[in-house]
Amino acid sequence: MADRRVAITGMGMISALGLNLEENWASLKAGRAAIGRITLADVSSMKFQNGAEVRGYNPEAHFQSNQVDFWDRFAQFAVIAAREAMCKAGLKITPDLSEQTAVVTGSCAGGQTTEDIGFVDVYKKGGSRVHPLTIPKTMANAGASCISMEFGIRGPAYTVSTACSSANHAIGQAFWMVRQGLVDLAIAGGSEAPFSFGILKAWEAMRVVSPDTCRPFSRDRKGMVLGEGAAMLVLEPLEAARVRGATIFGELVGFGMTSDAEHITKPSAEGAALAIRHAMRDARIAPQEVGYINAHGTGTPVNDPTETQAIRLALGPHANRVAVSSTKSMHGHGLGAAGALEAVATVLALKRNLLPPTANYNQLDPECDLDVIPNQARTAEVEYALSNSFAFGGLNAVLAFRKA
Amino acid sequence: MATEPQPKPLSVSADDASDPVTEKILRIIATQKRIPPEQVHLDSSFEQLGLDSLDSVNILFELEGAFDIAISDERARTIRSVQEMVAGVKQLIAQKAGSQ
Repeated sequence: MADRRVAITGMGMISALGLNLEENWASLKAGRAAIGRITLADVSSMKFQNGAEVRGYNPEAHFQSNQVDFWDRFAQFAVIAAREAMCKAGLKITPDLSEQTAVVTGSCAGGQTTEDIGFVDVYKKGGSRVHPLTIPKTMANAGASCISMEFGIRGPAYTVSTACSSANHAIGQAFWMVRQGLVDLAIAGGSEAPFSFGILKAWEAMRVVSPDTCRPFSRDRKGMVLGEGAAMLVLEPLEAARVRGATIFGELVGFGMTSDAEHITKPSAEGAALAIRHAMRDARIAPQEVGYINAHGTGTPVNDPTETQAIRLALGPHANRVAVSSTKSMHGHGLGAAGALEAVATVLALKRNLLPPTANYNQLDPECDLDVIPNQARTAEVEYALSNSFAFGGLNAVLAFRKA
Repeated sequence: MATEPQPKPLSVSADDASDPVTEKILRIIATQKRIPPEQVHLDSSFEQLGLDSLDSVNILFELEGAFDIAISDERARTIRSVQEMVAGVKQLIAQKAGSQ
């Protein structure tokens, strides 16, 4: 069977930038960073106090009381994003479609926030027991499971946990499953909710978190800022989507993944460049066809110059012309959700002819000398875009999108 | 100068181990990197010792514990040699003593 083209017919997103897709887009468009003082954990004694938290979130407005108690915040976010994506797709999961539908989610920390609370209870407060749902709330696949239950999806459902590349790996695998005809529909994306004291202490110890804000590619960058939220995409064969008259947000055309095999935290330009090349090859496009790259762009001293090198290695002279931005400057580093948040930003950028900026940008760094769309969104009609994710552990995953 | 008996002989050279703080730092670097202590000198650069950013974070973590000090991320980023590490730690120890 020939490869099928894969359309994105639904998208949903909840992040610090907004509680739904349009709120998120409004912030991305305005170049408005949603980074502020962390409220979900006591950070008064920490080296950093800022994060990109989802504000104004009321779980009771979305879930029945037992779901609020039984699902960790990261799983709740996954379901909220999936509901919005399915609503936009205008699809009902019929009994026939049920087994032909996949759910693939990414998450890095899973429900570690729940686990952290349990550990405080037994280690610090001297308690003798933890919440009975600690295990199912903590498991990284809780998001995928909750989505499958929500919609009665009985096909393949699983979670990929590859640190900051989780969502790109998840979306990429779901894309290939739909393209190859293994399933006829997929919900794919990522979710994360890492704001608990123990997790924040672990990030503090790594010395990679900025004390103020996230300034990717800017010479005065001081590190990443943690974020939370979820985004989900609905993927289906383009032909089927056209036949049923679905709104097509964009097309997913390529996926490439590689591993550096070098260092547990330090990224390699060669490994990342190879993933970019694989994504372009999978999409059957040439470097000069790429008009926009949503960068991994964490804002750490090490990532941004390495990613600049990787883009130069993979795109050659075209790297001087391609527009690149890091939306992490606005929604923070969503870890296992990052690739999904950025996929939404990328698809809407193509669809709406507006490239979101790199916010908080101050100063050119000669080592990050790409066109990084500083601070102001840019009107541009672009046909193909890439979205990069490069994880700790040297695991790289790059997606290629085409304008609908 | 030092009248009290020297601590047990160390494999770091006498020149390098000019004071107990330096000596302890050199030992911590050697222990953390799992390299022979005689290879670690005050004038060694991180490159010479094969220390990458992760090794550095790991060593700074041990130094914070060993000397009961807090090394800021900003300071940590500027430290690229053993000499800078020793100077930084000594400064923080002095600040701590001053504030007590």
